[in-house]
Amino acid sequence: MSLSVDLEKRLGSFHLRVQFQAEDEITALLGASGCGKSMTLKCIAGIMTPDRGRIVLHDRVLFDSEKGINLPPQQRKLGYLFQNYALFPNMTVEKNILCGIRAGSKGEKAAALADAVRRFRLEGLEHHYPAQLSGGQQQRVALARILCTRPEAILLDEPFSALDSFLKWKLELELSDLLADFHGPILWVSHDRGEVFRNCKKVCVMEQGQSQGMFTLRQLFHEPETEAAARLSGCKNIVEAVPAGNAVTLPAWGLTLDCGKAVPADVRWAGIRAHHVTAAPEGTEGAFLCAVERVIQDVFTTIVLLRPEHAAPDAPPLRMELEREDAPTVLDNQLVWISVQPRDILLLK
Amino acid sequence: MDLFPLWNSLRIAAISTVIVFFAGIFAAYYIAKLPRLAKGLLDVVLTLPLVLPPTVIGYLLLRVLGPKRILGAWLLEQFGVKVVMTWWSAIFATAVVIFPLMYRTARGAFEAFDETLAYSGQTLGLPNSWIFWRVRMPCCRQGILAGTVLAFARALGEYGATSMIAGYTPGKTATISTTVYQLWQTNNDGLAMKWVVVNLAISAVVLLAVNMLERRDFLVSGGKRRNRA
Repeated sequence: MSLSVDLEKRLGSFHLRVQFQAEDEITALLGASGCGKSMTLKCIAGIMTPDRGRIVLHDRVLFDSEKGINLPPQQRKLGYLFQNYALFPNMTVEKNILCGIRAGSKGEKAAALADAVRRFRLEGLEHHYPAQLSGGQQQRVALARILCTRPEAILLDEPFSALDSFLKWKLELELSDLLADFHGPILWVSHDRGEVFRNCKKVCVMEQGQSQGMFTLRQLFHEPETEAAARLSGCKNIVEAVPAGNAVTLPAWGLTLDCGKAVPADVRWAGIRAHHVTAAPEGTEGAFLCAVERVIQDVFTTIVLLRPEHAAPDAPPLRMELEREDAPTVLDNQLVWISVQPRDILLLK
Repeated sequence: MDLFPLWNSLRIAAISTVIVFFAGIFAAYYIAKLPRLAKGLLDVVLTLPLVLPPTVIGYLLLRVLGPKRILGAWLLEQFGVKVVMTWWSAIFATAVVIFPLMYRTARGAFEAFDETLAYSGQTLGLPNSWIFWRVRMPCCRQGILAGTVLAFARALGEYGATSMIAGYTPGKTATISTTVYQLWQTNNDGLAMKWVVVNLAISAVVLLAVNMLERRDFLVSGGKRRNRA
């Protein structure tokens, strides 16, 4: 039981090429906005038609360009949660949910409706119109309406983009509780790595319309393999790298850093997470001298932008993040010794 | 005062409005989906009656429907029907004149419609026709109702094309507008004034209805008033 997607579509100068297989769990489609995540969901749902490819859900072919199969959205049995929830504004909560309950006698429908209202905690809101509901309530109605159709897979398009960040964490818990009973693939489109880390099991990274393969959370956040994956996992320092035996040379910063193991020849980039950059006593093995370019106080951390001694003039700064209380009293233009543990250097393709 | 012109004007306006209501919505919905070139071309053709003088429309209709013209002759031969100079001939003229009003307002309303609502309906398994009548139309109802009322108001005032294709026969094809013209021509100022007052009254009521539609959003599914949050 799974959802397998392989599709290609050109739209003007944009080229979408996506390939992945999602099992019966929550899989994230992670990428910056405009990278084709929503377009991918639309192709899977049948709202858009790919130029080429094949989409199979639980042995049911939804789309196959070679065999000329292209099921209309109505027959795909997919639950699609739109970014703005897409509730029908002219219908009450009750009528909206009934749109998802099409089969059965009058009594059965009423029972299913009552059950959905209870399960999604919509008591008292049955006769309200969508415009009268909060974002969280709208989301619950939309989810109730979708789950009543008994979909075989669920597509979530940036489920929290329409909400205040203040409410987000609560609704995130709520959503994962409501989705816990669902058995089938769930695709969760997001540009927020924290959201993905907290809610998803696997991650398909997308970059400029191209899917970059499927990763487990561990692979993506602790051992990212590509530059795009490292960036999406929140790595702030990524520069071009040249393999040099057991070390990498970083031309932009004029540094050669020991990696403690043989560096594969296909490594093109190196990444260093900001919290892995540490100050070291002078003379520490592998430490290098940096000028402090700028010190920025963040909410709970202190960010220090460093310029390695031999950095090229146009090189990006090396970013160091420290807990507030650990922050040494560094000042602009001061020189500090910096070290990075060999195991903390991400070798990227 | 013979009230036939009032009755005739009202039935011509009502019938042509019903025809144009469906034709205009149908055209607006399907033309929006056409490729750009075809869309632009059809848009020009369908909007032309709005800017052409009604007499030009009347002339063109006579060229097609006249008893000695292609369609008119064929209809006369096949069915023995003369399609000009009857009361219902005016329906052709009126429908053509008011069509752009309905078409353009319906198109504007459809363009403002959030297409994700239709997509979400489709993924929920709802038939396209259901989505059209139960979601798209109610969401666009204000524009469509305004277009309908406007078209009806314009239909009541139609003179140029109507007079050419239906003429003026008292008790047969006379409408309010042709009657006023006829009475003025025959120096019957008193009666002309009466019809002018009738016309003013009807127009005022129709425009009042438009204003009320714009102010109050009262038509929701189930006929209940919507409580706006």
